[in-house]
Amino acid sequence: MTTMTTLTRYLRWDTAVGILLIAVFLAGTGTTEGFANTDNLSAALGDVSEIALIALPMTLLVVAGQVDLSVASMLGLSSALAGSLWQAGFAFELIVPVCLLAGAVGGLLNGWLVTRVGLPSLAVTIGTLTLYRGLASVILGDEAVADFPETYAKYAAYTETMPGTFVPYPVALFAVLAVGTAIALHCTGFGRSLFAIGAQEDAAWFAGIRVKRLKLVLFVVSGLVASFAGIIYTLRYGSARADNGLGLELVVIASVLLGGVDFDGGKGTLGGAVAGVLLIGLLTNLLTLNDISNEIQVIVTGLLLVASVLTPRIIAVVSERRHRRTAAEESVPVSAAP
Amino acid sequence: MEKPDKGLAPVLALRGVSKTFGAVRALHDVSLDLRPGEIHALAGENGAGKSTLIKTLAGVHHPDEGKILLSGEPVVFHGPADARDAGIAVIYQEPTLFPDLSIAENIFMGRQPRRSARRIDRRAVHRATADLMSRLGVALDPRRPARGLSIADQQIVEIAKALSFDARVLIMDEPTAALTGSETARLFSVVRTLRAEGAAVLFISHRLEEIFGLCSHVTTLRDGRHVASEPLDGLTEDDLVRRMVGRDLDDLYPKSEAEPGPTVLSVSRLTREGVFRDVSFEVRRGEIVALAGLVGAGRSEVAQAVFGVDRADAGEVKVDGRVLTAGSPTAAMDAGLALVPEDRRLRGLVMEMSIERNIGLTGLRDVRRRGLVSRALEHARAADWAVKLQLKYSRLADPVSVLSGGNQQKVVLAKWLATDPAVLIVDEPTRGIDVGTKAEVHRLLSSLAADGLAVLMVSSDLPEVLRMADRILVMHEGRLTAEIPRERATEETVMAAATGRAPDTDRTERTAAKEPTP
Repeated sequence: MTTMTTLTRYLRWDTAVGILLIAVFLAGTGTTEGFANTDNLSAALGDVSEIALIALPMTLLVVAGQVDLSVASMLGLSSALAGSLWQAGFAFELIVPVCLLAGAVGGLLNGWLVTRVGLPSLAVTIGTLTLYRGLASVILGDEAVADFPETYAKYAAYTETMPGTFVPYPVALFAVLAVGTAIALHCTGFGRSLFAIGAQEDAAWFAGIRVKRLKLVLFVVSGLVASFAGIIYTLRYGSARADNGLGLELVVIASVLLGGVDFDGGKGTLGGAVAGVLLIGLLTNLLTLNDISNEIQVIVTGLLLVASVLTPRIIAVVSERRHRRTAAEESVPVSAAP
Repeated sequence: MEKPDKGLAPVLALRGVSKTFGAVRALHDVSLDLRPGEIHALAGENGAGKSTLIKTLAGVHHPDEGKILLSGEPVVFHGPADARDAGIAVIYQEPTLFPDLSIAENIFMGRQPRRSARRIDRRAVHRATADLMSRLGVALDPRRPARGLSIADQQIVEIAKALSFDARVLIMDEPTAALTGSETARLFSVVRTLRAEGAAVLFISHRLEEIFGLCSHVTTLRDGRHVASEPLDGLTEDDLVRRMVGRDLDDLYPKSEAEPGPTVLSVSRLTREGVFRDVSFEVRRGEIVALAGLVGAGRSEVAQAVFGVDRADAGEVKVDGRVLTAGSPTAAMDAGLALVPEDRRLRGLVMEMSIERNIGLTGLRDVRRRGLVSRALEHARAADWAVKLQLKYSRLADPVSVLSGGNQQKVVLAKWLATDPAVLIVDEPTRGIDVGTKAEVHRLLSSLAADGLAVLMVSSDLPEVLRMADRILVMHEGRLTAEIPRERATEETVMAAATGRAPDTDRTERTAAKEPTP
């Protein structure tokens, strides 16, 4: 009984987000001029490319019962680093690995504090959220560095798409990584281990799973991807700033939770998380096209998130009530007997 | 029907009670008499209908047939409140108190004595609570918050609450399952006090020695049927087990003689500061070695340090002569160790994961095909062991949380036996599981040892230790105090070493036992 409800609940939720995605797309096509054309869709997808990339390791982290709130700050730090190095005249080919290295080190620090010192990831990454953003400001101040080499910048922009399609390069990269991540999460021992850690960390450790090492790897990957997203962000807007991507971590986590990944860990699918990202991307695009103010957009996203967290609970409560009522009906002749 | 007992008239009785849930017949024509001043045991395996019977008495279930008699008068309980008002109190295994309220507030929740202007009379509440505690002969401060109380203390609070309701019937559902020896002794003295005050007590426990030590009568259920209601005088443990399972006690501990092979596990001078010191022992192939001692002696901690889930501060563990990397369960598994932990719900299993995935968790490298987890292989591995261990389940994709305690334990055993270990460490392998499954687990351990597996068994169950082990290591306060071969193992020798008495004889026991293996 509980299996069935849990199972149907998550099947339903994943599917629901997918259906909602299609519904939003169809509604947009029907009501909004300039929505369902390749230029706009490229723009809509391109706008979420950083969120989408960061959402992949974030999904793995949340499944394992962890969270990384420092991702947007790492994006900013990477951007600031790229800007200041470019300003100082370094070659862009050198800047990229330096930024990635910074991301890996930042992730390593998060992971070290969580696994060796034993602090909860929420507390650790709230701290490093401030720390990394602070470092970004120290490196670049409130300057903005522009004029990055067109050779690379054009690949980040959504005007340049994969030949023959409307898919921007970062989104194509995301698609490839998403497939890889989905396989890793759902079809490998690595993924199984993450689910076990998220559901019951002690039991995973007692089953010989290297809990600390896996968590450390996840945080490093998360930092790495965030710093790479920082480079894309910088190139896409053509501007390196210390406050790039401010608050983006909440959109990433919102997308992942919207996709039905359980914040308590141990449950969720990568497909759901991807659908969550795309849904938020399309919705934002649609609202912008309809000249709806940014404030309202934020409210809509917020409501959607609350609904996503609330709906599975409501479904569970309702099905339990129904279960209890059938049980009560079965026992009605019983109480009538004496 | 029942032989009319010469004692007092029953205060609470069941007459021919039946209860079905859907297709399951939970109780079938069960009768029970609870008399004032009598402690009555309810015996039966898991699923025999004990819980349903308790819930019927507590007003949670209505019987389909039959009657509940209160002081000889038929009554109908429409809910737990009716049963409580009739003077029936149930003490559950794990009480649920309000953690932030004091003991006194928990007891008088919602019915505190008042002073003028509806103010709660704290002094009266505390005085009444202190009176209840002194009636029970327990020293608990009424002002202490419930948070941080041991389970044993929480049960005392529940009992005090029952007394404050003037309960005449006290039903105790496996109250000792989570208690230590001394806590159990205190609980028993409280229960005896209640008996002396004229309360009728219904006592449920899996531990036969508790039933025989505390109760005067026993009612046995099997598959929802009433097997017998009789005085315990003149009844043996074998008789009671036979009534519960329809089998003999020898079947419960089927230990075959084993020829020990070469040493496979050797632990030397293992130390964890403040927990255990200087622990050295060896386990040979084909041998069942028990690690006995009182709760808190450090037995589980030694087992966990050997397996590497806890890090030892000093000493080493060798498997087949090779030293294990300290603090790495993965290395221990690769060397052929397996640990079935004491707490299966927290550490043995991922409760919300399916049976097959739980079993697959120890073999993520074995169920691969082209680098990816193969669901078919994973399923086959689980199905294979489910059959071998006679697991009762409906689908392998069901979460383990739906299984009974005994079947959950089988899943833990399956997940470790599937790794084909050379050394199996089992920590309290039969705690909290019913007699039938217990016998199956014992038979399994015995036949595994006969096939050459080395078994290290941590157990607090003395009959299990005495009957299953080839050799008994006894720990006392973090040290290994004795090593007793099967022939010389008795309740007395083991308990003496476990409580730290007569250390001289223990040491001679140990050196004597050491001689054959230089």
